Amino acid sequence: MIGIIDYGMGNLHSVSKALERLAIPYFISSDGEELAKAKALILPGVGAFPDAMNILTQTNVQPFLDNWVAENKPLLGICLGMQLLFESSNEHQPTAGLGYLPGRVERFSGTTAEGHAYKVPHMGWNKLEFHRPTPLTEGVPDGYVYFVHSYVVRTETDIVVASSDYYQSVPAIVQKGQVYGMQFHPEKSSTVGMALLKRFGQLVEGN
Amino acid sequence: MLAKRIIPCLDVKEGRVVKGTQFLSLRDAGDPVELAAFYDKEGADELVFLDISASHEGRETMVDVVREVAATLAIPFTVGGGINTLADIRRILRAGADKVSINTAALLRPAFIREGADYFGSQCIVVAIDAKFDQALGTWRVYTHGGRKQTNWLATDWAKEAVRLGAGELLVTSMDQDGAKTGFDLPLLKAINEVATVPVIASGGAGAANDFVDVFKYNYADAALAASIFHYKETSIQEVKARLREEGECIR
Repeated sequence: MIGIIDYGMGNLHSVSKALERLAIPYFISSDGEELAKAKALILPGVGAFPDAMNILTQTNVQPFLDNWVAENKPLLGICLGMQLLFESSNEHQPTAGLGYLPGRVERFSGTTAEGHAYKVPHMGWNKLEFHRPTPLTEGVPDGYVYFVHSYVVRTETDIVVASSDYYQSVPAIVQKGQVYGMQFHPEKSSTVGMALLKRFGQLVEGN
Repeated sequence: MLAKRIIPCLDVKEGRVVKGTQFLSLRDAGDPVELAAFYDKEGADELVFLDISASHEGRETMVDVVREVAATLAIPFTVGGGINTLADIRRILRAGADKVSINTAALLRPAFIREGADYFGSQCIVVAIDAKFDQALGTWRVYTHGGRKQTNWLATDWAKEAVRLGAGELLVTSMDQDGAKTGFDLPLLKAINEVATVPVIASGGAGAANDFVDVFKYNYADAALAASIFHYKETSIQEVKARLREEGECIR
């Protein structure tokens, strides 16, 4: 059973409907005791980083998640939910993140190295480029996924599983141990997104 | 590289999809949930639902329709019409929409754009601009209330201001071209695209698959939206995409 964390800022409905279509059992909760019964958690997210972190700390979801990750249980962050997994963000003001993955979150500069302006947010369908195999991406077809974000993860490490090109390499799927992140919205990414969620469901059930 | 997006627009009134010519004379074109599923299968990159009578009647968008559509779709969609408060935005996003489009409320109180962007993130705040050419001024003016009320804003100034306040995307509808089916309003889109640092969705005037070629060829827009030509099957998403691929555009 997958627990979807409801902290007031999630794209809960679309994530949960995607799981329903895939016949993956799930429940939605904001309560640590309830969520502790799940085999894996999804941290969704639509909105601004500081507001999300405020809620996560005020509602005690953060200490719960800290324990969860320390116990090496599967956690998938989606979009803002992925960004929250990193150490910090400069969205509106410098804010500490959950810190499960090394790296920071910065706004797209909007200007290339050559000084050409480009549009922010990175919004629309972009192709995934896979860098290394993982159980999560096994059997997932090549193709486009849907991004909507103005902030991008900067990480120097080998946690990037797949990236997309938007005037720079944009970490799209990240993974370290049992902590996974998807910068795009798998629940809105048609065939490829559904394949990834299906695979996450299979991993959770140990297949 | 980002793929150019093709977006069918479903203008919804009292739970049914309708499409007017230049915002008047409505004709029923079907059930929103059924149409959404159809376009999803056909390869639409995104959908827009506009409750076209909401601002006028002070009605709020139908959250149930949004919820039902979200249950059937694996592509993103935007909901506009009657979005006047942060609570409206929250309700629509929680019902499963990915973005909200705001129009009249933003013009009445521009700070609303900033509040929405600060709380929910710029990326889910689409500012819709209904623009009409003003011969005397030699440029485009912005209208509110579904095109019924003229404002003092020039379209290019308002586009800049909306982006400054935090709009993540602009949905630019040409009132001159809307329903005319003679192609997108390229001069308007060029003017907006020159000042916009966020994605621009071209709207109004698509009459055939070729019209989508022009708007992307010159990079005047990142996405193109159409309603009646898709609803009445005068062309299809697949035909439009095939045409764009022939032209070498990046298409999903």
